[in-house]
Amino acid sequence: MKLTRRSLLASGIAAMALPRMAFAAGETIKIGVLHSLSGTMAISETTLKDTMLMLIEAQNAKGGLLGKQLEAVVVDPASDWPLFAEKARELLTVSKVDVMFGCWTSVSRKSVLPVIEELNGLLFYPVQYEGEESSKNVFYTGAAPNQQAIPAVDYYLEELGVKKFALLGTDYVYPRTTNNILEAYLVSKGIAKEDIFVNYTPFGHSDWSKIVGDVVALGADGKKVGVISTINGDANIGFYKELAAASVTADKLPVCAFSVGEEELAGLDTSNLVGHLAAWNYFMSADTPENKAFIEQWHAYIKDEKRPTNDPMEAHYIGFNMWVAAVTAAGTTDVDAVSDAMIGQKFPNLTGTVAEMLPNHHLTKPVLIGEIRADGQFDIISQTEPVPGDAWTDFLPESAVLEADWKDLKCGMYNKETKTCVQLKSNY
Amino acid sequence: MTRSFLIRTPSLLIFIACLALFTIGVTLAAHYGLMSTSFVKTLGKTLCLCLAALAMDLIWGYAGILSLGHMAFFALGGYMIGMWLMYARTEEIVVASLLNSGLPATPEEIQQGIASQIFGVVGASDLPTIWSFAHSLPLQLALVVALPGLLALIFGWLAFRSRVTGVYLSILTQAMTLALALYLFQNDSGLRGNNGLSGLQNLPGLDAVSQDSISLWFFWASAAALALAYLTLSWIVSGKFGSVIRAIRDDEARVRFLGYSVEGYKLFVFTLTAIIVALAGALYYPQAGIINPAELAPIASIYLAVWVAIGGRGRLYGAVIGAAVVSLLSSWFTGGRAPSIPLGFMTINWVDWWQVLLGAAFVCVTLFAPKGIGGLFDYFTGLHTPDRKGAPLGPDQGSLQEKEAIE
Amino acid sequence: MRILLACLLALLFAAPLRAETAAEILSANAALVEKASRQTIAPVIDALGASGDPTAAQVLEAWGNKALGIRKSDGIFFLITANDGGYALTDLIGAPAGQAAKSDITELKPNAGVRGMIATALVQFTLSDPDALKRAAALESIAKDPKPEALAPLRAAITNESDAKLKAQKQRLERLLTLRFEPDSAARIKAIDSFGADLGLDLRAALNPLLATTKLAAAETPTTNIARELKPGRDLTEIEAYDLLVSANLAPARLTIEAARTALIANLVNGAVAGVPLADLNTQAARDRAYTALEAAGTVPQAATDDEAAAALKAHHFYDIYTEPDAAVTTAAASALQYIGHKVAAMQAADLALDGLSLASIYFLAAIGLAITFGVMGVINMAHGEFITMGAYTGYVVQLYVPNYTASILIALPLAFAVTFAVGVTMERLIIRHLYKRPLETLLATFGISIALQQILKNVFGTQARPLTSPAWLDGALNLNDVVSISYIRIAIFVLALLFLTFFLWLMKRTRLGLEVRAVTQNPTMAASMGINPDRINMLTFGLGSGIAGIAGVAIGLFAKVTSELGTDYIVQSFMTVVVGGVGNIWGALAGATMIGGLQKMIEFLNPSNTLAAQTYMILFIILFIQFRPRGIIALKGRAAGD
Repeated sequence: MKLTRRSLLASGIAAMALPRMAFAAGETIKIGVLHSLSGTMAISETTLKDTMLMLIEAQNAKGGLLGKQLEAVVVDPASDWPLFAEKARELLTVSKVDVMFGCWTSVSRKSVLPVIEELNGLLFYPVQYEGEESSKNVFYTGAAPNQQAIPAVDYYLEELGVKKFALLGTDYVYPRTTNNILEAYLVSKGIAKEDIFVNYTPFGHSDWSKIVGDVVALGADGKKVGVISTINGDANIGFYKELAAASVTADKLPVCAFSVGEEELAGLDTSNLVGHLAAWNYFMSADTPENKAFIEQWHAYIKDEKRPTNDPMEAHYIGFNMWVAAVTAAGTTDVDAVSDAMIGQKFPNLTGTVAEMLPNHHLTKPVLIGEIRADGQFDIISQTEPVPGDAWTDFLPESAVLEADWKDLKCGMYNKETKTCVQLKSNY
Repeated sequence: MTRSFLIRTPSLLIFIACLALFTIGVTLAAHYGLMSTSFVKTLGKTLCLCLAALAMDLIWGYAGILSLGHMAFFALGGYMIGMWLMYARTEEIVVASLLNSGLPATPEEIQQGIASQIFGVVGASDLPTIWSFAHSLPLQLALVVALPGLLALIFGWLAFRSRVTGVYLSILTQAMTLALALYLFQNDSGLRGNNGLSGLQNLPGLDAVSQDSISLWFFWASAAALALAYLTLSWIVSGKFGSVIRAIRDDEARVRFLGYSVEGYKLFVFTLTAIIVALAGALYYPQAGIINPAELAPIASIYLAVWVAIGGRGRLYGAVIGAAVVSLLSSWFTGGRAPSIPLGFMTINWVDWWQVLLGAAFVCVTLFAPKGIGGLFDYFTGLHTPDRKGAPLGPDQGSLQEKEAIE
Repeated sequence: MRILLACLLALLFAAPLRAETAAEILSANAALVEKASRQTIAPVIDALGASGDPTAAQVLEAWGNKALGIRKSDGIFFLITANDGGYALTDLIGAPAGQAAKSDITELKPNAGVRGMIATALVQFTLSDPDALKRAAALESIAKDPKPEALAPLRAAITNESDAKLKAQKQRLERLLTLRFEPDSAARIKAIDSFGADLGLDLRAALNPLLATTKLAAAETPTTNIARELKPGRDLTEIEAYDLLVSANLAPARLTIEAARTALIANLVNGAVAGVPLADLNTQAARDRAYTALEAAGTVPQAATDDEAAAALKAHHFYDIYTEPDAAVTTAAASALQYIGHKVAAMQAADLALDGLSLASIYFLAAIGLAITFGVMGVINMAHGEFITMGAYTGYVVQLYVPNYTASILIALPLAFAVTFAVGVTMERLIIRHLYKRPLETLLATFGISIALQQILKNVFGTQARPLTSPAWLDGALNLNDVVSISYIRIAIFVLALLFLTFFLWLMKRTRLGLEVRAVTQNPTMAASMGINPDRINMLTFGLGSGIAGIAGVAIGLFAKVTSELGTDYIVQSFMTVVVGGVGNIWGALAGATMIGGLQKMIEFLNPSNTLAAQTYMILFIILFIQFRPRGIIALKGRAAGD
């Protein structure tokens, strides 16, 4: 009996170990798409997978790249962080992809990093994140904190005259880092430490009455209060519902969110939330011809006129097009050659300016601040010139001395004071 | 004695032989490039899960305690080994970078460098107290066993002492793993919160060795651990101790009246399994590469029970088969490799429907095949349970009986 | 000559702002207006406010309401109203000016800060406006951004106010402004005293700035308005105190480890620093020794030692100084605030109790179905969470077809009951019935159902959160005062929980069904021989428990998110509620929910910055609690827990 089972298992192993061998013969450039299609993150990441397929299809229609067709290899890491590493290894060693587009959460990126660095792969990471990282093998097309958080706080300080801050976040590394940076920045701007209220809640938190009450009570000392929210995902729904119930209007107590976009607002009735803010590098309501064309292309591809576009989609749009340009310039898909060619690439973004890839593998991005409208879209009320992304924040002493430069210094973590490269591989 | 032990557990030799053949097969396949490194890692991890399932079988299948919190010990084992891996790897980097800084580094500078590397800007410049032993591999290895063991001992002592049993204990263990997960999710707990410990596949000092070899080493280690645990547990359950814990499962009160210290037996089994599971975790996470608090979510422990139930409770090989089959099938179905089934009005896409299938399979196993896959062996070897024709099951209807209710 | 130049300059600067009409002012500052920022726009708004142009108020109002646009072709400002073809234009005087396509007009979108300034500028026009709504808006604008200039017009507008409510508001606002900005000290104190122990947030917001302090280090007692003297080591740490001295240039800076390091490297000679070999500098003690040697040699500046620092601290005094110079006012404000503070603390306790009660009712609602299936029947239903989710989704689906929120909720509640009742009964008939003698296996089988159901819901509804909106009469909150408030939706949930409690008690104690349920749970064989059909009773009981979970789902969905994971968040908590309270007794579930909800809020109150920690400690507490009371708060005799 045992033998039967064993042989059964063995044939199963054979079937699993030899996938996709048939593809090896084709003359295609392979692009790995590493986004969760199931599990908790599927909600956000499936859209990005579709975006990539759309971009690849469009590129193939234009005649492919280097005379070859592009082929997407889609895998599903299922919102399971160890699985991200496993799938990345599979993409690089079994499917032999030339580049990967993927990840959403910080932990998934940290999971994938050692694998990519070990096997010298290439990853485009499209989501706003906490910074404090620059890998030779990753291009960060989302915002670093100085491209989202700092300008938003400046807006609060200068335009709204906010004197007291409530930093509310979900308890994980992005809100923690962002809030640490913001605290240091606010103190440097003359806001007293007592005037900064910080709260962390678990993922998917739903009981917000006390926290909203606490924030409203902050107004007791006569200073104008503003909320900076790094609350993630589903928890926002309960939070905004409680804000609406407590009649917290944007005039009295503005809330500026870094993780709430058009997609998240779809789960809400926004008529009570008009005027609250979000800071991104892209809004669907941006009024440019490029954006109009992109939205039309998206709606045609996804066959649904109601699907919104969002910031990480724009990041993939820029990242993919820059990669195409870099491959064309390098004449090869070799990772090192393409990485070198990537630095300095320029491509028009969807909000009317030009994105440039910097030597620290981050982009220049304009910061947009939008007010929520009753229809779930955003009114863009402020747009800055493109801000260069800063891998290591300048507002915390331990990371102010660090710098990333893959062009001249060839180092992702360079100590400017001691003039040494702290480490070549990433700190994961 | 030895002969009788082997005679009493005929499956032991077959199992060890199968495992040895499997290990050799995988080694050869990997050596000749027939099997990818990522698949070797998957198999190695599966062996660790089998080891955990083995322990689960001891506590549930044999002792009748349905613990829904054993994956907490699994993750704790992983965290303990992960701390050393991270610390040692970071120490290499920090020492190397401080070499160029003009002055020879003081121990404080090295400590601070490590802390700021591990925690980035979200931690203090001092390492949290729980990292006190992370600099030493032997101490941290001792913690792999000691910490989960101690936790199990305290928790078990409290629970068994107040006679919390059955479903209540299940819920309580579930609460324990949830509390631990929530604690670790906090950034302030000093174990990097939601990000967890990562890059664990890179062994300190072995930068030159490729992952192909490392994955094989871990695979061998996992196989060896599984064989050893199987041997030990077979020996334990075949003796008098095994009889007593089975008796506790079937009727706790009677065993107590016979003069046995039921609590002592239960506590021993609870702690022993916690330690085995922790060891499995310590082998698992260096292969997975990352550990984060989501691994302790209550659902993980329930899955452990699911594997054992599907494999067949009360027989050690059943647990191993269950864990291997379900976890491999699961990764096959969710990997997008299973072909979709068009049904005309809709398409069954396995990525979306695998969970449904698993759930349904699980219900069916519970209802129609309480012996799980292991029951097939009984069927083929002609071992049948007597049909009681609806006669009462015995005094304790809640526990798993040798003869199941047909009703 | 210089005077002439000055005049010219003045003219030059004043020129753009001296325009007469609103239209001229706007077009003269078109660039500023188009990219309006709070930092730069003030002169334009002030000019509009002071222009005397009768249309200025209207223009300002339109600008604030995002109803002002610029025609791209010629840069002329228009009042715009969006319609099908783009915008209907009205020129600034109020005459219709035709129609323009959307792309021809730049819509002005002033940010909230600029809108606030516009509202402030509008105050002078609207404080006595015939429209009561506009007057109220003007008051709100003053209250939001209190300024000394607003005092005079506000006082002027009080006497003619016809609306009693607005008049009271105006008077209150006048007193609030008086206590802050009035030059006469006596009048301010009178205004402060007039409030008594008022709980208004606006009062505290007016009083607290009067008591703002700054820290000061000085050798002698200053003559300013001192709040209190600070003792280093007690009121502020010695390091903070020394930093104060350093920043006031009263003491030299302390040597940091970094600075010492740099100094050592700079003085590295022949592989040794001041005689200490480089290789030995790998401890802090050796480095200190080397640095002291360098100090003695005079190569590095003297750094303050600990003794010197302590002496410097001794030689100086540290104070909290009020920024408000008038001591009488600060004393009055402090005593008023202290008085208010006691009352606020009491009210906060009440608010916390309300929050706890609300959370308890949510837990109770989520757990009541479980209290029936688990508590009464002894069936562990892990799919209970999915029943809650199904209820919430039922609400969502109903809202898709019935747009009226009130009607849709009224339909959704019974429908959710019906749906989950049906699913529950099906499940009981097909699966659970076979497992009554194997409770642990029920747990596993229902877990299988749970993961299958959850995935099916995911496949059907997607992972995206779905909107479930409460009717308008449940919007908002009941504000007892500025401290104690609770949203209507939570009150509704509380009422619903109470209703279910009564319903359950009535059902079990007063109906035939309840009697039969109790009989079957106590002794099925005996009940069967008395003519009760245990199968039917079990089926109905389980259906009832499931149905109530469905209704709970609708209620929970109204205040939180509706996703396929909604129920998962409550399942462990619900089990705890039932177990902590005591199985088999509805009062137990109630006690359990109250204890868990109340305690969680208590822990949150003690540690307000980390809600996650509160949940962790809560569960730890429950684990410990069960060790000492394994049968829960209300333990039943007979049907023992954990047998």
